[in-house]
Formats: sequence, structure tokens, C-alpha cells
Amino acid sequence: MTKKSTFITIALFLALVTPAWAQTHSEAYKDNIYVTGDLKPVDSVLKVKVGDMAPDFLLPSIAGQKVTLSQYRGKKNVVLSFVPAAWTPVCSDQWPGYNIVKGLFDKSDAVLLGITVDNIPTLYAWTNQMGQLWFPVLSDFYPHGKVAETYGVLRSDGTSERALFVIDKKGVIRYIDVHDINKRPSLESLIRELEKLK
Amino acid sequence: MKKILVLAMVAVVVLAGSLAAAQTAQPKVGDKLFDLTLPVPGERADRNYLGISGWGKTFKVADIKANLVLIEILSMYCPFCQKDAPLVNQLYEAIEKDPAAKGRIKIIGIGAGNSTYETEVFRKRYNVPFPVFPDPDYDIHKKCGEVRTPFFIAVRLNANGTQDVTYAKLGGFGEIPAFLASLKKSAGL
Repeated sequence: MTKKSTFITIALFLALVTPAWAQTHSEAYKDNIYVTGDLKPVDSVLKVKVGDMAPDFLLPSIAGQKVTLSQYRGKKNVVLSFVPAAWTPVCSDQWPGYNIVKGLFDKSDAVLLGITVDNIPTLYAWTNQMGQLWFPVLSDFYPHGKVAETYGVLRSDGTSERALFVIDKKGVIRYIDVHDINKRPSLESLIRELEKLK
Repeated sequence: MKKILVLAMVAVVVLAGSLAAAQTAQPKVGDKLFDLTLPVPGERADRNYLGISGWGKTFKVADIKANLVLIEILSMYCPFCQKDAPLVNQLYEAIEKDPAAKGRIKIIGIGAGNSTYETEVFRKRYNVPFPVFPDPDYDIHKKCGEVRTPFFIAVRLNANGTQDVTYAKLGGFGEIPAFLASLKKSAGL
């Protein structure tokens, strides 16, 4: 009985003193965010590296266009922002932040392409909560996660990593950040990398 | 001996539970404000607005020269905080134009999960005239119950150094004249 009491007490102790997983939710999403809990920080192996030519792709956007990476060749630097999934924590914060710094992307003559493995209707509904986004949002839904797989950022559960690729006007990958999926990448680090492209 | 050990652990559990509840509960009207220590702003204009000196690295809300402080928990990544930023600026202007409220009611922002760089981006993007403090590791955000954003907390600064929460609400604060009137009333103005 004493051993049982001790066990229960220790269990209670651990339950009470373990901090809750911290995350910020904007009221914009109300109760519609699916809480994933802490996930394995990285669950894939990169298939490209800095200095490589970025693999081209063609993906549909929520605006009804077909977007290729190569259409920016010689014209714009490109940031690919893969986020794991719509309606999940962190992802729902990340792009609204990028949405208010278009000027910083413009300064580096860069465009942003947001990519998830969700389908178009899901992305449409989700991004509508973010306000009017200035950058294309692309669906890597079918064949499922093909672009994420090509870059080596498709996780074993079919979502993508939280990953940033900076690609210069020649189509060369200049920066890769496959970030801990549970955390938002530093905006400052990304902007610093963009400034190097000037 | 084992009984003493079990009793001691139960006591620790109860204490830890109380502390956890105290630290993670969302603020509500009538509460005393949680311990809120902030970095002294680098900008002189911000220090002048708050009425704090440039000495030291940190200050407490009680150090702010005001009757009442409105704290906005926000994030540069939060669409509603972005949308409401002009309204909060208008509230600031209304306070500054009101002879009774000017200098006695002040606004500060806390950027939950935001770095200094990110809070500065937010301030520049929306021309925010009041100080916005970074909370990169969510330390303050955890203390106020991990509220959704934007969340507004008004605290009356008492002469004895304590602060009473007089307003705590998620989302917009409604019409500015009515809200300012309620803030003035809470501030004893």
C-alpha cells in the first residue's frame, strides 16, 4: 500500500510540475487549430544541398494558377516555405508574419512561395483566416508530397517539414533551414540570408 | 519513515499544483497582476513615455509612471493583432489627446513568442507609438495563462506597489470613447 501510494504521489507530482506545451494561437483561428503536441523535430533526410540547382516543379495555387519555380529564373530570388499542414499550431502563425514583411522580401528582390501537402480547398479555407496573402500558396497534394519528397522534406506521416529554401536568380540553392517542426523559424535569420543575395 | 516521505511529497504536489495554477491562470478582473518584469527600452522616447530611467536592465510594471497600464498581449504573427493594430494606435491617440488621461493611462505591448527583431518589425509596419516588449520564450505568455491574442489586460497601479486587474478580455475592446471612459474610471480619473 505504501509503495502504491508513493507511486501515485510521484505520478501526480510529475503531472503537476511538468510544464504545458507552450504555443500562441491567434484568435483569428478560434478553436479550429488541431493541437498536435510535440512532434519529432525532423523526420526526413534532405535530398538537396546548398550549391545545388533547385529542382523545378509545377504546382497549383489557391488562386487557380499553375506556378513553376523556373518561371522566376533570371527574374527573382525565391524563398520556398514548406509548412507541415493546414490548421496546425505554428504553421498557422508563420505565414501571417511573412505577410506583413513583403517590403523586406522586395528589398532583396525575392518572392515567397508557400507550400503544404494539403489540397486546394483546405488551403483556401485556412489561408482565408490569415487575411489577404501577398504570396502564392501552392498545393503539393497530388501526387502526394511529390515536391517535398524531391527536396527531401517529406515526413514519414505524409506531412512536410517546416523548411525554408532560399534560391537565387540562377536557380541555385543558397540557404536551407529544415527547422524543428515544433518551432517557428527566426524571421531575422531568413531576412539576413536574403540580404546576402543583394 | 515512508509515511513521512509520502506526506512530504503530497505537500510538494499540492504546493506545485497551487503554483502552477497561479502561474498559468488567465488574468481576470479583481486579480493581482502576475509578476511582470520587462527589459528597460533602448529608445529614450519609450523610456520617457513610461517614465522610467535608463538605469538598470529591467523594470517592473509598478515602476511605470501612471495610474493605469493597458497591456496588450500580441504577436506579429497574429492576423487579428495585425488587423487591430490601427485601432490600438487610435486608442493611444485618444488617450494622449485627453487631458485627464494623458500621462496617467499608458499602453504597452508584449510580443508573445516574438524576438526583439520581430516586435520592431511589428512596430514599424503599423507605426505603433507605444513600447512593445519581446517575449521570445513565452515566459510572460505562460504567466498569463497562454491567452489567445490579442488579449488586453488593464491594471491599476496602487500606491502600495500592487496592481489590480481591472479589465481582462480577449479580442477587440469595442468603441474607443466608451473603452477610454471605462479605463479612466478604473484609473480613478
